[in-house]
Amino acid sequence: MTTTTEVCTRERIDPRGPRFGGAITTVVLAVALITMGTPVGSVLLTWQVIVFALGAFVGLWAQPYGWVFRAFVAPRISAPVELEAAAPPRFAQLVGFCFVAFALAAIFLGGTLIATVAVAIALAAAFLNAAFNFCLGCEVFLLAKRLSFSG
Amino acid sequence: MTGVSIVLAIVILATAFGLWHRSNSGRMKTVDIRTAGTTEHGDAILDAQTIGVDLGTRATLVQFSSAFCQPCRATRQILIEVSGMVDGVAYVDIDAEANLDLVRALDIRRTPTVLVLDEVGRIRRRASGLPRKVDVIAALGQLD
Repeated sequence: MTTTTEVCTRERIDPRGPRFGGAITTVVLAVALITMGTPVGSVLLTWQVIVFALGAFVGLWAQPYGWVFRAFVAPRISAPVELEAAAPPRFAQLVGFCFVAFALAAIFLGGTLIATVAVAIALAAAFLNAAFNFCLGCEVFLLAKRLSFSG
Repeated sequence: MTGVSIVLAIVILATAFGLWHRSNSGRMKTVDIRTAGTTEHGDAILDAQTIGVDLGTRATLVQFSSAFCQPCRATRQILIEVSGMVDGVAYVDIDAEANLDLVRALDIRRTPTVLVLDEVGRIRRRASGLPRKVDVIAALGQLD
């Protein structure tokens, strides 16, 4: 398999990084959903909101799961075949942040059912990303770009 | 519903969607020969001036790409390879963002989108998403 000669930068990243992060996110959100309403669940959601916020508002390089990927996973696997633009997955972090932040607010206000729905959606997106390499947030980003051009 | 059953339901539903999307993405869809070349469904006859290269004597592979499109490069490689392998097949890569009129006229919704034109420029196949090389070759073989 030929690997790319392109160098990873903050704008061009190994596509397996966000996918790895999606796998961790899937586990975190699944447990949070199962423990919804308990302190454990809220702690997990708070943790995940911080993770998403770092990725969305600071950058993917600041995202804890991405850091784990770069520090421990990437050195042990083959070099990437190709790189991808960082902007779409970064936007996906923002989408995740919105859903989980909303869920936390709902829990705080006593709306556990609404919070469950919001976490369920975030979980579905994370699972699709990890299992099928389908990035829902990225698709929203691209759709918004298309609409802004053709609108 | 317990949290576990919700998680299970999500995994099952998401898996169903994921499998559907995977099978649909990159699939060569046949354009009905009776509507090919008409403006129904956004199909039209494309000429050299519209796409920027001469039509292939046998077929033309037209790719629409854009920025932030990760599968576009892989698609380009496949189409360049196939056009090199098969005689009379031309290839052109069109930047969607620089050709919005064409994108709108042809109802291009995502990138990459690959159109297979016959020798007179009618759109005979469409695929959105990364196509498989064998499917592209098969589509060329089925054109007659």
